[in-house]
Amino acid sequence: MATMVQAIRMALHYGESHLGVKDIFGEDVGPPLGGVFTGTQGLKTAWNSPLDERGIVGAAMGLALAGSRCVAEIQFCDYIYNTIDLLKLVGMQCWSSHGAWSLPMTVMTPVGSGIRGSIYHSHSFDATMTHIPGWKIVMPSNPLDAYGLMIACLKDPNPTMYLKPKALMRVKGRHQIPGEPALTAEGEKALKEMIDAPLAGRSTWKPRFPEGLTDYTVDLGKAHTVASGDHVTLVSYGRTLPLCAQAAQQLQQEGISVEVIDLRTLWPYDWNCISESIQKTGRVVYVNEDTEVTNFGEHLIRRTVEEHFYALEARPRLLAGAFVPGVGLADALEMASTPQLSDVLALVREVVGERA
Amino acid sequence: MSLSSKKSPFQVDPQVLLSIHETMVRTRVLEERLIRMYKQSDGYFWLGGPGEEAFNVPLGMLLHKGQGLDYDYLHLHYRSAGILMAMGLDPRDAMRQMKSTASDPFSAGRNFVSHYSIYDWNVVPVSSTIETQYLSAIGTGIAQRRHGGKGITLVNGGDAGTAEGDFASCLVWASRPGVELPILMVVTNNGWGISTAASTQHAEKFIADRGQAFGIRSRAIDGNDVEESYLALQEALAYVRSERKPYLLEARVSRLYGHSSATGCNFAAQEEDSLVKFEAKLESSGLLKRQQMLDLRSRYEKEMLEICHEVKQEAPPQGSTIYDYTYSGQKGRYW
Repeated sequence: MATMVQAIRMALHYGESHLGVKDIFGEDVGPPLGGVFTGTQGLKTAWNSPLDERGIVGAAMGLALAGSRCVAEIQFCDYIYNTIDLLKLVGMQCWSSHGAWSLPMTVMTPVGSGIRGSIYHSHSFDATMTHIPGWKIVMPSNPLDAYGLMIACLKDPNPTMYLKPKALMRVKGRHQIPGEPALTAEGEKALKEMIDAPLAGRSTWKPRFPEGLTDYTVDLGKAHTVASGDHVTLVSYGRTLPLCAQAAQQLQQEGISVEVIDLRTLWPYDWNCISESIQKTGRVVYVNEDTEVTNFGEHLIRRTVEEHFYALEARPRLLAGAFVPGVGLADALEMASTPQLSDVLALVREVVGERA
Repeated sequence: MSLSSKKSPFQVDPQVLLSIHETMVRTRVLEERLIRMYKQSDGYFWLGGPGEEAFNVPLGMLLHKGQGLDYDYLHLHYRSAGILMAMGLDPRDAMRQMKSTASDPFSAGRNFVSHYSIYDWNVVPVSSTIETQYLSAIGTGIAQRRHGGKGITLVNGGDAGTAEGDFASCLVWASRPGVELPILMVVTNNGWGISTAASTQHAEKFIADRGQAFGIRSRAIDGNDVEESYLALQEALAYVRSERKPYLLEARVSRLYGHSSATGCNFAAQEEDSLVKFEAKLESSGLLKRQQMLDLRSRYEKEMLEICHEVKQEAPPQGSTIYDYTYSGQKGRYW
């Protein structure tokens, strides 16, 4: 019953123990804090860097050029924007050198709303990141995928961007990560005692990571059909995925059969999975919480129209964040800025009711 | 060539100086051939480093060439032909990149001239982005600190770029207490940022002074003087290799053909020419005769012209290859 943050921590531990990860670094990533979300607590290769996002990404790039696998963290994606040219540079090293250089590095950063993070702790990054070729980009929606996607990133020879939906960081998993204690109250408590640093006495604390952790991998580029349905397809990832799954359950009671796809990897994305579903349902709604203009979902709609126009029974839709400069702090402002369950329900009902 | 039996007027072994001179000439002739290629429409753009040979050639001679952490990692900017020619660069490859041929080993026709990338020599891809090389240098520095040995990281750039925060990042990261990095930070100061004079933007007397605030050993030298450059580089490299700590070396150099073809790439007669200066010294000391130097230049001009004719016959890349290597090992469209 690991939370997502525990799952990430366990995957990173496996990475530094078995997959050659030599450096996990960023602001407050090392002891005593182990990350502002505790995602790097107790890791033997974790260390604190200067407060310098460009230095962090640049250092990761250099380590990768030297063939040294690393994981760098930008504390919040809101602060990754001043590294955009570096992300572009990283993404083009293999291409510009015509394949001579590969950069085995992972950058991870918390994204999105859901914790009332105000203007500068609530940004999303998937719309911007998916504009940058050369990276593989993932965003998990549950702890098991969080583990398996991290392992996949740590095995990949390319730069990988691991987007952590901060609203889901403390959500407990319903599927056991291979090696974690049983999904019981006792198992949950045991895991916490093993790998969560105590509030007091951290300077002498040592974690005990489960010995049975494996290289359980969620292949990059492989989506997961969370729920099968016949009337409409919902494609999502990260924070909005559980909302879509919840909507599917509720709508079933209304006789609406919803297929829900968790994209999991944004580049390269699993078009086959989406395509097959659209051909079955004839209706599709893309859901994510980044701002709606030049949103990644807009690209998916373009492809939907270009390849499946004559199979559609309703206009494809995008449900995304409002195109405003930031997510306002007040409860009503955040709720109005990013998709909520009620928004998903309303849009699906509308799409299903539409006739082409 | 005849070596004088009298006490040498040089501080550096005359044989080494002769070797430096030959490579300086060959580098200058290559750069001038590249400029002519641009002017004859055999390339879309030129930029390079004529004027920096007195510093760059000794630097290239003193680096440890090879692949992996035991050798030096080079994070270069686009004025570094002298460094690579001293390391054994085939001028044909520079011309291939100028001509954007498929055979260009650095980028297969994808990047500007002087944007080298040589995996087997630890020469990481040169980027047009100013100063980002001072960031990637941090990473190879971290890896080499952990690895130990004598391999170091070299990063170079111009003076204008030091206004970027990335230069300051390198100073901070390279000098973190207890985890200092074996990085030789070089600034070749030609006094210009395209058309903007450094004197109108920078109050610091020496860029090297910025290192002192971080406890980084620093020095400013005349990079147009071969011997001063060679000896300073020897000292700096020995320090970084043995102490595993950073060193900031500022070399005052000339920019003999302007910033790039964007500013005409015409000879700047008002700038000091380090090759002319060095040849005058070689001649007055009796180490080389003027005719020997003229013959040398003539020989290399002929060599470069012949190579140029051959490169011009090589095929350009195919448009169908644009998606290749977006990811490691991948070919063809990937989505």
